[in-house]
Amino acid sequence: MSAPLIRVEELTKDYVMGSNVVPALCGVSLDIAAGEFVAVMGPSGSGKSTFMNLLGCLDHPSGGRYWLDGQEVSQLSGDQLARVRNRKLGFVFQHFNLLARTSALDNVALPLLYSAMPPSERNRHAEQRLVQVGLAERMDHHPAQLSGGQQQRVAIARALVNDPQLVLADEPTGALDSRTSVEIMALLQQLNREGITIVLVTHEHDVAHFAGRIISFRDGKVIEDKTNAANDAAALLA
Amino acid sequence: MNFAATLRIALLALRVNKMRSALTMLGIIIGVAAVIVMIAVGGGAQARVEDQIRSLGSNIIMVLSGSMTSGGARGGSGSQPTITEDDAYALNREIDEIQAAAPSLRGSGQVVVGNANWSTVFYGTSPEYLEVREWAVVEGRGFEQAEINGAGKVVLLGQTVAKNLFGDSSPIDQVVRVRKVPLTVIGVLERKGQNMMGQDQDDIILMPISTARKRVLGSAQQAKSRSVSSIMVKVKDGADMGAAEARMRELLRQRHRLQPGQDDDFYVRNLSEILQAQEASSKVMSLLLAAVASVSLLVGGIGIMNIMLVSVTERTREIGLRMAVGARARDILTQFLVEAVTLSLIGGTIGILLGVGGAMAIAELAGWRTELSGSSIVLAAGFAGAIGIFFGYYPAKKASRLLPIEALRYE
Repeated sequence: MSAPLIRVEELTKDYVMGSNVVPALCGVSLDIAAGEFVAVMGPSGSGKSTFMNLLGCLDHPSGGRYWLDGQEVSQLSGDQLARVRNRKLGFVFQHFNLLARTSALDNVALPLLYSAMPPSERNRHAEQRLVQVGLAERMDHHPAQLSGGQQQRVAIARALVNDPQLVLADEPTGALDSRTSVEIMALLQQLNREGITIVLVTHEHDVAHFAGRIISFRDGKVIEDKTNAANDAAALLA
Repeated sequence: MNFAATLRIALLALRVNKMRSALTMLGIIIGVAAVIVMIAVGGGAQARVEDQIRSLGSNIIMVLSGSMTSGGARGGSGSQPTITEDDAYALNREIDEIQAAAPSLRGSGQVVVGNANWSTVFYGTSPEYLEVREWAVVEGRGFEQAEINGAGKVVLLGQTVAKNLFGDSSPIDQVVRVRKVPLTVIGVLERKGQNMMGQDQDDIILMPISTARKRVLGSAQQAKSRSVSSIMVKVKDGADMGAAEARMRELLRQRHRLQPGQDDDFYVRNLSEILQAQEASSKVMSLLLAAVASVSLLVGGIGIMNIMLVSVTERTREIGLRMAVGARARDILTQFLVEAVTLSLIGGTIGILLGVGGAMAIAELAGWRTELSGSSIVLAAGFAGAIGIFFGYYPAKKASRLLPIEALRYE
C-alpha cells in the first residue's frame, strides 16, 4: 500500500478563552488513504469541525503533526497554507458560500484566480466542471436564481475546479431537503468513484452511511473508526 | 496572482455593488470637481490682476515733485515743482537699469472739434512715454523729435476721446482745439481699458511736452522753468527694481544739490508694488478657495474609508471563502486596496469632467473669468488616487488580517 494521502499523529487543538484553555481535540492519530470516502460524525462539541478545519489547512494545530500527500503541513506559514489549499484541497460548505450577484461560472472559476492558470483557460476549466455537476444550462445564473441543490452543485464544481486530491465537505446536505441531499450524495459518490478522496462531516446517520468509512468523535477523541458497506445514493434515486 | 487578475476581481466586486460604489464615489466626485472649479475661479481672478499689471506696464517707477511747506502747512506732492524735464533726460542717460524715462506735464481741459466737445486730461510728454507704458499707436504715427523740440501743434488721442469726438470716422489730420489751442491729430492710441482703480485709461490725450508748456498751459512761470509734474520710468526687464530705485534717488539728490541729512525734495513710487500686493492677495484668496475645496476632498476620502470598512465587515464570509480557496493575506489586501483606489480614480475622473464643465459653465453663465490649469487637474487626480490608497489601506489591512476559519464562520 502506498503512503496515505492524510496522516495525522497526536493532533491536538486548544482554544484559549480568556484564562481558560479549552481542549477541542485531544491527540488524534489516523491515516486516510487516497480514494477513500470518509464520513466524520459526532455531536456538536465533539471536535469533528475542529478536526475538519485542521485537515483543510484553515487553522494551525496546537500540537501533533499532519502530513498531506507526503508533505508536512502543520508547520507551514499562512501563505504556504493558502497555496496548499489552492492546489490540493476543495471545500464544500453547509451554506454553499457562493458570491452573491456573481454568475455560476465566475463562482466556479474563483479558485483559479488565485492560481497560476492563464486567464484564457480559467473559463474553459470552470465550464467543464459545471457540465460535470450537471449545470451546463445554468452557467450564467446568479446564486439567487438557483435552487439550494443547484447552488450546492455550483459549490461542488468550485471545489473541483483546481483538480484537488481531497474534497472536504462540511455538512454539505445540512441546508437541503432529503431528496436533494441524496442527489448531492450521489454526486459525491460519483466523484469518489472517479478517484477523488472525500472527507465529509455530518451529524446525520443517513448521510454518513453513503460513505465507505465512518469515524466518530466525542470529546475531542476518536471513539470509533469502522468501514461501512456504503449505500448507493444513485440507486435510491432510481 | 498577477495584477490584472486583482484588478479584475476588484472591478467585479465593484460592479456587483453598483449603488454602493456610486455613492462612495460621490464624495470624491464632488471634492475633485470643487477643487478644479475653485482653482479655476481663483486663477481667473489672478489672471485679471496680472493683465492689469501688464496694461499699466510692469517695472514702472514714478518720480513726483516734493511737497512745499508754507506757514507750517504742507502741500501735497507736486505742490513744489522740483523735478524737471532735464532730470528725466539725465535718468535716461546715466542709469543703466533704466530702459526709458518720460517726463510729463499734466493738465486738464476741454477738447473741441466742430460742435463736439469733451473734457479730458492731457499729458505733455516725450516719445519715451509710449515706450514706458507699452502703449502702441494703432492709427497714424507717434511724435517726432522735431515736434518735441519745437512745440509742434500735434496731438495723440486715446480711444475714448477719439470715439466721443469723432464717432466712427477717422480723426487723423483733423484739427482739435485743446484749451482753444488748435492741434492736429496725428495718431490714435491702442485701447488700454480700465486700470485697477476703475479709471478709464483711454480718456486721455498726449502732446509734446513743449507744446503743453508753451502753448496749452501757457503760464509764464511754467513756461520759464523746465519743471514737470512727474517722471515715469521703466526699468529694464530682469533688472533689480530696488537697485534702480536707489540709483535714481542718488542721482536726483545729486542733481538737486541736496546735502546729506536733508530730506528728498521728490517722491519715488514703485507702482508695480501696489499691484504685486494685490496679486499676492488674490493668490491668498485662490489658495483659500483651494483649501476649502480640499476639505470636501478629504471628506470624500473619509467616505471611502467608511464604505470600505462597512464592506469589509459585510463581506467577511466572502473574504473567508477567498482565503479557503487559496487567496493569501496579501491577495486580500491588494484586492481591497485596488477597489478603493479604483473607486477614487473613477470618481476622480468624473470629478475632473464635472469640474472642467463647471468652470466653463461659470465662465459662461456668471461671466466670471475662470482659468483652468493643467496642474490643478493633475493635482486633483493625484490627490484622489492618494486618498484611495490612504483611506483604503486601513480597511484592506483589516480584511487581510482575518483568520480564514473565523471569517468563514462569521455570521
